[in-house]
Amino acid sequence: MIPAAFCLHAIASLAAPLAPAPPVIAYVAVLDMPSVAEQDEPPADPEPVLETAPEPQPEADRPPRIAGMDVLAGGKLLLTNGITTVDGSSGGGVARWATIGGRQMPGGIGLSAHATAIELPDYGWRSYGVLLGIGDRLELSYARADFDTRDIGALLGIGQGYTFNLDTFGAKLRLAGDLVYGETWLPQIAIGIEHKRSRDGALVRALGAADTAGTDYTLSATKLFLARSLLVNATLRYTEANELGLLGFGSAAGEGYTLQFEGSLGYQLSRRAVVGAEIRTKPDNLGLGDDDWMDVFVAYALNDHLTLSAAYVDLGSIATIPDQRGAFVSAQVAF
Amino acid sequence: MLLTATASAALMLLQQAPAEGTDWDAEFGVEVKQRDPVTGELPVDPYEQSNANAGAVPYEGAQLAEAFGGREGIRRIAERTVELSQADPRIAAIFAGHDMVRLNRTLNEQFCYLLGAGCDYSGRDMKTAHAEMGVTKADLNALVENLQTAMREAGVPFAAQNRLLAKLAPMSGQVVTR
Repeated sequence: MIPAAFCLHAIASLAAPLAPAPPVIAYVAVLDMPSVAEQDEPPADPEPVLETAPEPQPEADRPPRIAGMDVLAGGKLLLTNGITTVDGSSGGGVARWATIGGRQMPGGIGLSAHATAIELPDYGWRSYGVLLGIGDRLELSYARADFDTRDIGALLGIGQGYTFNLDTFGAKLRLAGDLVYGETWLPQIAIGIEHKRSRDGALVRALGAADTAGTDYTLSATKLFLARSLLVNATLRYTEANELGLLGFGSAAGEGYTLQFEGSLGYQLSRRAVVGAEIRTKPDNLGLGDDDWMDVFVAYALNDHLTLSAAYVDLGSIATIPDQRGAFVSAQVAF
Repeated sequence: MLLTATASAALMLLQQAPAEGTDWDAEFGVEVKQRDPVTGELPVDPYEQSNANAGAVPYEGAQLAEAFGGREGIRRIAERTVELSQADPRIAAIFAGHDMVRLNRTLNEQFCYLLGAGCDYSGRDMKTAHAEMGVTKADLNALVENLQTAMREAGVPFAAQNRLLAKLAPMSGQVVTR
């Protein structure tokens, strides 16, 4: 643009009948410049730019695109990507929500990763995972959970500090609605699956589980009722998982799939902070006193990318050991 | 290269300068809209004025409007929202070339009406007003963030901020077109 404008200026000064500049200087300038005829673009618009509109983003600064989708361009409102659940999906920490993880907007691709720790009187839970969000439509997730039985391992005769491991592969598809926008009566609705694979095959079978892998099917509806600053979530989960799958799936005695419920209420304190409570019902296929889970949580978005959450969780009885109440902390980065 | 440059230069030299005082707008058929001398607004095509164009039923009672600092506070929040958006690289281009005088007035009227502060809304309905703007949901999020900033700066409690957003959010279907 600048060379072209300069070139034209040089020519214009040549053309002006009273141009004081010696023609030879302008001629040299013309020679040094790329050919005018080869310039496709018209010379710079002499009109001043309207008002004080900021410069549009230069091409180089724009996020990269893959298959016509913006990659990691972000755009979501704070916290609307949810808090990664113990299963690795976008949700409220314990309950799965209809939200799609990642910060991408329609036509974009986003990524998210998380790490969660739960400290209980007798057990320790660690999970971590990654999530890929595609538009406001699809979420693919993977999470790994490690459940340390500590002293209870010895008590149960499976070994001091025996750790159960579980892989969860999740997919969630938004069917309709929007968490924030659209008709108030229409929540964001999503269906999904969570395929879980226990890494303790022989042990979970010995404990009475029928399978070492299983698939949960979920239907979720989530809405932020702005007039009350209240987020409401309800999820139905058709599952045969014992303790989320850590203890296998179904029972050798024939217990199988049942319909379970996950509910969340959240109150928005600010753009960045939300407090809430959740409940997640669970089957007791093995007769080990598998209890419903409950939590009271607070989540805080430090910035667009980092969300921290903490909760008091009541996981009831786990593997016959009662009163497993403790602290849940989780960190999530999202792009 | 040298030949083309010389030929171009020669062509430029041979060209006649256009006559002084040429009316280029007339030459290219450009219609120039005149701002109203009283309101400072550009004319728009005629439409039926109605409070229904505001897109939602207003809140009742004076409490919410008070949380926004009354009519004066609402006016400042509307203007600040427009100001922030015009300076926001994400969405400034949508505002460029539109009548900001009119937007400041109609946005203020809409907020004032919806918050039950006793204004009438004289603007167009949301679908017509945003037609062909090509607004995306990401643009809407950017605008919401700017409105939240304006409300926060004005000291509006968060729950009250959300009450206004609750009236606006269901209109997204009329505003987002791509």
